[in-house]
Formats: sequence, C-alpha cells, structure tokens
Amino acid sequence: MTDLTRLTAGELAAKIHGREITSVEATQAHLGRIAEVDGDVNAFLHVDTEGALAAARKVDADLAEGREPASPIAGVPLALKDVLATKGVPTTCGSKTLENWIPPYDATVTRKLREAGVVILGKTNMDEFAMGSSTENSAFGPTRNPWDRDRIPGGSGGGSSASLAAFEAPLAIGTDTGGSIRQPASVTGTVGVKPTYGGVSRYGLVAFSSSLDQAGPCGRTVLDAALLHEVIAGHDPMDSTSIDAPVPPVLLAAQAGYRADLKGLKVGVVTEFTGEGYQPGVQRSFEAAVAQLKDLGAEVVEVSCPSFTYALSAYYLIAPSECSSNLARFDAMRYGLRVSDDGSHSAEEVMSLTREAGFGAEVKRRVMLGTYALSSGYYDAYYGSAQKVRTLITRDFTAAFEQVDVLVSPTTPTTAFKIGERADDPLAMYLADLCTIPSNLAGNAAMSVPSGLSDEDGLPVGLQIMAPALADDRLYRVGAAYEVARGPLLDRIPDLKGVSA
Amino acid sequence: MSNISRDEVAHLAKLARLAVTEKELDVFAGQLDQILDSVAKVGEVAADDIPPTSHAVPLTNVFRADEVRPSLSQEESLAGAPAAEEGRFRVPRILGEEQ
Repeated sequence: MTDLTRLTAGELAAKIHGREITSVEATQAHLGRIAEVDGDVNAFLHVDTEGALAAARKVDADLAEGREPASPIAGVPLALKDVLATKGVPTTCGSKTLENWIPPYDATVTRKLREAGVVILGKTNMDEFAMGSSTENSAFGPTRNPWDRDRIPGGSGGGSSASLAAFEAPLAIGTDTGGSIRQPASVTGTVGVKPTYGGVSRYGLVAFSSSLDQAGPCGRTVLDAALLHEVIAGHDPMDSTSIDAPVPPVLLAAQAGYRADLKGLKVGVVTEFTGEGYQPGVQRSFEAAVAQLKDLGAEVVEVSCPSFTYALSAYYLIAPSECSSNLARFDAMRYGLRVSDDGSHSAEEVMSLTREAGFGAEVKRRVMLGTYALSSGYYDAYYGSAQKVRTLITRDFTAAFEQVDVLVSPTTPTTAFKIGERADDPLAMYLADLCTIPSNLAGNAAMSVPSGLSDEDGLPVGLQIMAPALADDRLYRVGAAYEVARGPLLDRIPDLKGVSA
Repeated sequence: MSNISRDEVAHLAKLARLAVTEKELDVFAGQLDQILDSVAKVGEVAADDIPPTSHAVPLTNVFRADEVRPSLSQEESLAGAPAAEEGRFRVPRILGEEQ
C-alpha cells in the first residue's frame, strides 16, 4: 500500500476527492507518523488528534453525500504554527507566558483553513514569539532538523519546516517577520512563501513586529504552496493592513510554470548577497540554480541594491522597537502567566516578576533593545535612522524591478548549523536572516525553493526568489519551472527512526 | 567607547517591566552594547532628506461600518484570566505600601 505520508497535498486531495482513500485515513497516517518520529524531531507542541479526526470525518461525510469539496485541499492534513490563535486548542507561541492559554477565538487564517476543510493536525514549535532563526528559543525545547538531528531546522518556524521534511504533514503554515518562513524552508529542503505584506490577514496572529509580520504557506512542492496560498489569502476587514485587492493568481502561475519554460523572463542576481560569510557550497548551489534559470530561457543580469547591506541593522532596530510595544500586552492581568501573586506584591511588581519568569533571553534582549531605540534622546539616531533605511531599501527594490521581473539570491548564507552553535552569540544568529530581511522591510513577496544539497555537507540549500508587491504569482511561475528543472530532492532525506522502506 | 552602561540596561529593564537578575544584567549589558554597535550602521546612510517609512503599505484611516457584532461572552473573556472573581478580572493591589 502507498505510504500516504509521502504524497503531496495535491496528490492526497485527488485521492480523497476521488474517494480512493478517506480523509480519516490520510489523517491517521500522518498522526501515526507523528507518533512514530516526533519524539525525536519535536516539531509539534500540541497534537490535536480528536479535532483533526473530527475535521476529517466531516470532509468524508460531505463527500459521501455527494457535496463538492470545500476547497481543492479539503481533507488534507496541515501543521499550524503555534503563533496563530486556535479556538479551544492551546496557542503558546513557544513561550512559558502562554503555556496554558487556550484562545477563545480563531485567527482568520485558522478560520479559513477550517472552512476549506483542511485538517489541522496540531500546533508547531517555534522560537518564542517568533524571535529567532533556529527554534532554539522555544521554551519547550528545540526542534531537530530531519536531515541531521544535531542541526537546527531554521527559525522561527522550525516546527513547521521540520514537520514537512519529516513527512509528518504535507502542508504547514508559517509566519515571516524577517525570514521565519523562508530560512526554515531553505535549511530543510522545503518550499516556503512570504506573501506580499497584507496579502494574508494578521487577525489572530500573535503580534511580534506588526509592520513586518506576514503569514504564509509552506509545502514540499511549489504547487502545494500555491494551493494553500489561495486558501489563506484575501482581504479581511478584521486586519486594517489587509490589502483590499484580488489575490494574485498563484495557482494558475504555478501550473503555467510546470508546463512552460521561462523565455521572456528577466531575472536579477542581487550582487550584494555573495562573498564573505557565504558558505562555498551554498554559493555553488546558487550559481547552479542561476545557470538552470538561464537554461530555462530566462535572461539573467546582475543588479546592485546597495542599501540591502543596511537591512539587517535596520531590522534589528525596527523589529525590537515594535516588539517592545507589542509585548507590553503580556502584563499578567487578563490572560497568560502570573507569578508571585501572594498578596505581598503590587500589580507592577507582579507584572515585572511575571515577565521575568515568562520570557526567555532573546525576548528580553529585544524588548530592552526596542525600549532603548524608542527612548527620547536615542530615537532619531536609532529608530528614526532605521526608518530612513527602510525607505532606501524600498527604493532599491523599485529601481531593480524596473529592470527585472524577479530578483534571486541564496535564501540564507549557510546550510543548517549545529544546535547550540550560535545560541550564545545573538549577532551570529541574526546573520541567518541577511538575505530575507529586505523583503520584509519593503513588504514585497518572496519565496524559498530548494536548490539541491550543498556539495560539502550534503545539507539542503534554498534559492530565494523575490517579486514586487502584489506580484506573488511570479514567484510561483519561476519556482515551479525551476522545481521541474532541478528534479526531486526530499527523496534523498535520510530515514528517521522506525521508518519502513 | 561603549554605547550602553550596565546601569542604563538596569534602567531599561525597569522601564520594560522585567525583573532581571544581576547575572542577567552582566550578560545583557555586554550583548546589547555589541548589538547597538552593529546596528548603529544605519546612521551612515540616514541623510536628512530621506523620508522615514513606518509601514510597507501606506494606508491612512481604514474605516469599517460601525455595526454591532457578536463578541466574546463574559465567561469567555475571563476564561484565560490568571485570576477572576465575581465575573471580573482580579488584579493585585495597584498601590505600593508607601503610597
């Protein structure tokens, strides 16, 4: 019998909708796989067995009664990052602060998934409040990279990326503030898309840096990401920054990309994202990917975006500033953790003691950094200057997209590093987001698609494709065409414990 | 020259309502200094004539119709509260001993 966990979301949907298998069978196969390997991988913080099976039974019952599937991926299981609110199901954001919080409402993304008949298997591990690039900042232990369990699966969405690479789920949701969808996709050999800012609603997405946070689709193929993108995207009056415009035709673009070459497409290689700090194997994989884009008929030119070299610095002022304000809501009064409420401490003392006990080191660092950058006397030099750099980066993108249709770069400068390797060195950790951050600051769309394995360590490398705001469909056309040219990758992943051949 | 002193970090922690330990202060002071040293680079290109960008999507005044919608019940609102009493959030005393 076919191992259902090895199928893509598209293949699973075809079998479920064709009544060849049931959604319950597909769900049970993935729950079984989670039970088998997640003790090692730690991709999930919470597995909602009953909720998943109930959602699957509903899809099966609808199909049995002759109703059309609620969406093209109805009945397909999915792993949801634990930063999106799920009514009745724990939502911790990887923090002790929210360890026992059960939201009384669904995020818009969650609601759309449920309405589309997508089966939510559970909630995935992440760096606390999405701050990190390795998932080591989770209060509930790191997630391990299925390619090499001594290595990080990327972050903050390492649980989502690892669940895909470990065949625990065919689809996952991530959120990307500085690269938290794309960098995990890159280091696990999976596909991740940060849609245009405002393309997917932030309602119910626990805020880290509101002007940068964006939820997006993750899968093992470009087509699967497109199928999921169409389900979660669209205007939402509950999010004032949601774009009131039609969703770009990402599924059509992916399908077109699989069928055709890239003749007529102009690709720009960002000249700033190379050189010192870039692992040679990553560099070679990137150059091979660019050569394949040329073979597909694309015209490739070099494009300089000089302000991108200031993006990392601007990000580590803007994101902490917004985080210091957003995380003020964790005040130990209305929900979440409260400690030392023994009658001897005032509300303010309880607040400070609770935040001390509930937040991990990286969150504290960023809250203090943001508090500093926003304080009078330093505001102009730090936050104000960072906002100007944001303008310069947007101008670089605008100028670049006047010359080319998409920009490309490596997604992250290295392959997956060892767990613990950068844990005590915040600046080294921040470098993982070097190439992904500009698209968050400018708000345009970007994707990471696997470009094979690095020849020196055999670990996955990601190709980043960047498109203008609202042109998310270009990512899918290029990504799909490239995916076909590159050939399969995830079948080369080493078997995890207990996997039958 | 260091950007930030240990005393300043202690002050920041107080402003941010973080009851950090002395040991944490030692670590954070060094790390924040190092991070600030690195990010100060933004000053190199932030000329006076460049307007700031606060948001990727320039939106102003997004309105919706002012209509009554279902909201959380009192019970649901209090379900996640660390402490509740008589249908209300129970909070520790607001005033310190000396006030």
